[in-house]
Amino acid sequence: MKYMLLIYSAEGAWTEETRAQCMADSTKLCHELAERGQFLGASPLHPVATATCVRVRNGNRLLTDGPFVETTEQLGGYFLIDVANLDEAIAVAGRIPAASKGTVEIRPIFELSGLPSPK
Amino acid sequence: MREFVGELYVRESRRVYATLVRLLGDFDLAEEAMHEAFAAAIEQWQQYGLPANPRAWLVSTARFKAIDTLRRRTRSAEMQEALVRRVDELSSINAERAAHDIEDDRLRLIFICCHPALAPEAQIAMTLREVCDLTTEQIAAAFLTSPTTIAQRIVRAKRKIREAKIPYEVPSLADFPSRLASVLSVIYLVFNEGYSASSGESLTRPDLSGEAIRLGRLLVELLPDPEVMGLLALMLLHESRRTARATPEGDLILLQDQDRSQWNQKLIAEGRQWIERSLDSRRFGMYTIQAAISAVHAEAASTGETDWAQIVALYDVLLRSAPSPVVELNRAVAIAMRDGPAAGLALIDGILNSGELSDYHLAHAARADLCRRLGRTNEARIAYKRALNLAQQEPERRFLQKRLAELR
Repeated sequence: MKYMLLIYSAEGAWTEETRAQCMADSTKLCHELAERGQFLGASPLHPVATATCVRVRNGNRLLTDGPFVETTEQLGGYFLIDVANLDEAIAVAGRIPAASKGTVEIRPIFELSGLPSPK
Repeated sequence: MREFVGELYVRESRRVYATLVRLLGDFDLAEEAMHEAFAAAIEQWQQYGLPANPRAWLVSTARFKAIDTLRRRTRSAEMQEALVRRVDELSSINAERAAHDIEDDRLRLIFICCHPALAPEAQIAMTLREVCDLTTEQIAAAFLTSPTTIAQRIVRAKRKIREAKIPYEVPSLADFPSRLASVLSVIYLVFNEGYSASSGESLTRPDLSGEAIRLGRLLVELLPDPEVMGLLALMLLHESRRTARATPEGDLILLQDQDRSQWNQKLIAEGRQWIERSLDSRRFGMYTIQAAISAVHAEAASTGETDWAQIVALYDVLLRSAPSPVVELNRAVAIAMRDGPAAGLALIDGILNSGELSDYHLAHAARADLCRRLGRTNEARIAYKRALNLAQQEPERRFLQKRLAELR
């Protein structure tokens, strides 16, 4: 069963050092998951200041600078995993370094047939 | 035969249901199939006699009924075959599990209903519906809400279980303590909801407390863990004072004023046995300690003869393992009984001055009571008024109003 783990934390709560440590630890976690055949993907994201929002209304494509909504905790990265059930997903989420500073949201993937495979 | 099957339903349906949920992987399918199987039992056992193993017969019949239901529901022939194959596979895999695993089915059911990924109200509704077999109407009446609200909660919870794939398993060793804590918390919440209504007229709602105790007894049978014993003991001891706790009109009677001859000695004795077993294990926790405190009260013939020193000592232990302002408050009340009102008041003032419990009506009621005993009438009046502002239950409000009137 596939799950997406969305990682939220306050961008301001990280120093350069703690952020680097977090990425190193997260990479380690990715490899551990890969060894067990549970890793489908993961990445940190650039801060919300780099975000661009796109809406198409009445045939017009509208752009705004910044995230979808201003929040106290921002989406900072994700994990895509394949595990047996929610309890296993919860166990993985608990090991994500950012979980100790922020929140990890677990969303079950809706299996849609007819999608292409990633390259 | 109908009567016999009726009795069998009362005794066995939850166990059969729990096993079917595991075999079929779906709550609603399991429930429908089970009811069809019981109906079939009345007919067929009448005609062909009782099977050697009624429970196994019911489970097996229900499985076939479920497959029929799935065939009826899906129109396309291929989907039918795929579904049927899946159920068949699932149930064969699950049926192969060792016989002792089947005993765990009721535990699996309790643990999944109390999974922390479900909202607390959903855990309670699911447990009362799926484990205790209460109807949504009964649950709604008990929690002063509408059957639609309860039904929606349960539908949403089942959808989440299905779509997020919450596993139907007894938790792993690593997760066990926190998962068990979740179960105990649900049971205690149900008990407390029945013991003293959170708002409104009546002080107690017997049905829920009885259900909670039944749940506690089932859980201790399936899982003889010290804290499960402690919780059961705590509930039994609270329950033992039910008739003494309120007047027929529903007015509050304080522990110190209760007619102790009305305390149910059988429940007290049973509670004390569970406390002793739990303490012997040395792995006891906060429920056991709270039960032990209640037991010290239960042993005393009157308030004056209560071993307050022991109660204070037990609160000290409780504070070490489960520190909280409410526990500190209860300890302060016990200190007042052991050392006099001034000592207790100093502690309560300490708690309130640190900003804790300022919205807790019982903190102000306790403060008021101690001020009253010290003859500090003005302060008592202010504190009773504060408590009255915060109290929600009618019987508690009437009690506080009475105390306030007595001050003038």
